[in-house]
Amino acid sequence: MPANDDLQKAQRFREAALPYLDDVYTLARYLLRDASDAEDAVQECYLRALKHFDSYRGPAMKPWLFAILRNVCNAEYARRAHRPSAIEDTPGAADRTPIWQESEASPETEVLRSRDAGAIRKLIDALAEPFKETFVLREINNLSYREIADAVGAPVGTVMSRLARARAMLRAAWTAEEEQAK
Amino acid sequence: MTCNEARILLHALLDNELDAGHAREVEAHIAGCPDCAAEFAAQREMQRVLADTDLRYTAPASLRTRIEASLPKPQPQPTRRSVLRGFAMGSAVSALAATGVVALVLRQDDQQRILSEVVSAHLRSLQAGHLIDVVSTDQHTVKPWFNGKLDVAPPVIDLTAQGFTLVGGRLDYVDARAIGAVVYKRRQHVVNLFVSQTSNAEYRAPKTETMQGFNCRRWGNRGLNFWAVSDIGADELAEFVDKFEAAMKANVEG
Repeated sequence: MPANDDLQKAQRFREAALPYLDDVYTLARYLLRDASDAEDAVQECYLRALKHFDSYRGPAMKPWLFAILRNVCNAEYARRAHRPSAIEDTPGAADRTPIWQESEASPETEVLRSRDAGAIRKLIDALAEPFKETFVLREINNLSYREIADAVGAPVGTVMSRLARARAMLRAAWTAEEEQAK
Repeated sequence: MTCNEARILLHALLDNELDAGHAREVEAHIAGCPDCAAEFAAQREMQRVLADTDLRYTAPASLRTRIEASLPKPQPQPTRRSVLRGFAMGSAVSALAATGVVALVLRQDDQQRILSEVVSAHLRSLQAGHLIDVVSTDQHTVKPWFNGKLDVAPPVIDLTAQGFTLVGGRLDYVDARAIGAVVYKRRQHVVNLFVSQTSNAEYRAPKTETMQGFNCRRWGNRGLNFWAVSDIGADELAEFVDKFEAAMKANVEG
């Protein structure tokens, strides 16, 4: 049986960190664009977080978890870079589904609006880093500029200009797609 | 201010990240520059559409299980259910002890039930047209509105300066009783603060529970029970409660 301290620590960790599982998983999905890679990254993130939980003194729990997840994802990027064939140009291929299928329409997403959400997710997926990450942290994970700065280790001013750039790129892609649809 | 500066700062304005002085400067620039005004309007529209679309992902249950399994675990304790199963199987517990245990089990279930009712009330409030009975950002309008509708006067405190905007009040029903709900907004997120009377005037420290993905922080003070429910993070909800209590304290003493 584990020592009592370990149990209490695990319980505190559970209460502090597990409520953010969906947030962390969401960021992982956008960063890695692959469901099973995202699951592995999130699990690794929580293992590392538990290991360092004793020395955790802030920032807020959410940016802290995101900072750990980013490190895990960067390792994953490095691993991918060594793969023989890059899959950068076809994001859907990462899900091992043919690109002519609606790959995002899994049962876990809501039926209503799922089509719109799927289209918007693709536009966001196509944003370049570090703009995508900043955009997702602000618009989907709802972090303040200060919290984003903590999570990505950049000054607030950099966060602000990356966000402006991300939104400009997203809007350009969005309008281009609407033009095409006409 | 140049257009280049405004093109970056207008995003901080959209996100409520500017102090009053800078906000005025950006607003002044936008008012005098049609190009930047158009960009601002377009970005605001895009933000609105994004906020209306669910772009989050939900972690698969298997992932949660895997993470749970990797945490140190206590030896299995008899759960409430297995205690009850023990009774069903006719275990040799005396009738007196049995009543005591059942009462304990029921009281815990009672709290769970009220928590689930509070979360349901929060969910109902998010449905269209259901959020607010009295729409006002003015505490002196919202507070008198509750008069005569409840057996308590829920404290209505404007926390706009602290980052939680008062948007109104509502009557709701929890545990088969009318209960006051004071509604706040944090960015696009709704915080419902439910208030009911209790005979217990003791202070009970805030405690956060999570149900169906919502955080609920409940505490008791000055003969009132409070439940703050929202989908904002547990740390932000705790911040809300701290600020609310600080403002209450200032009101009572001041």
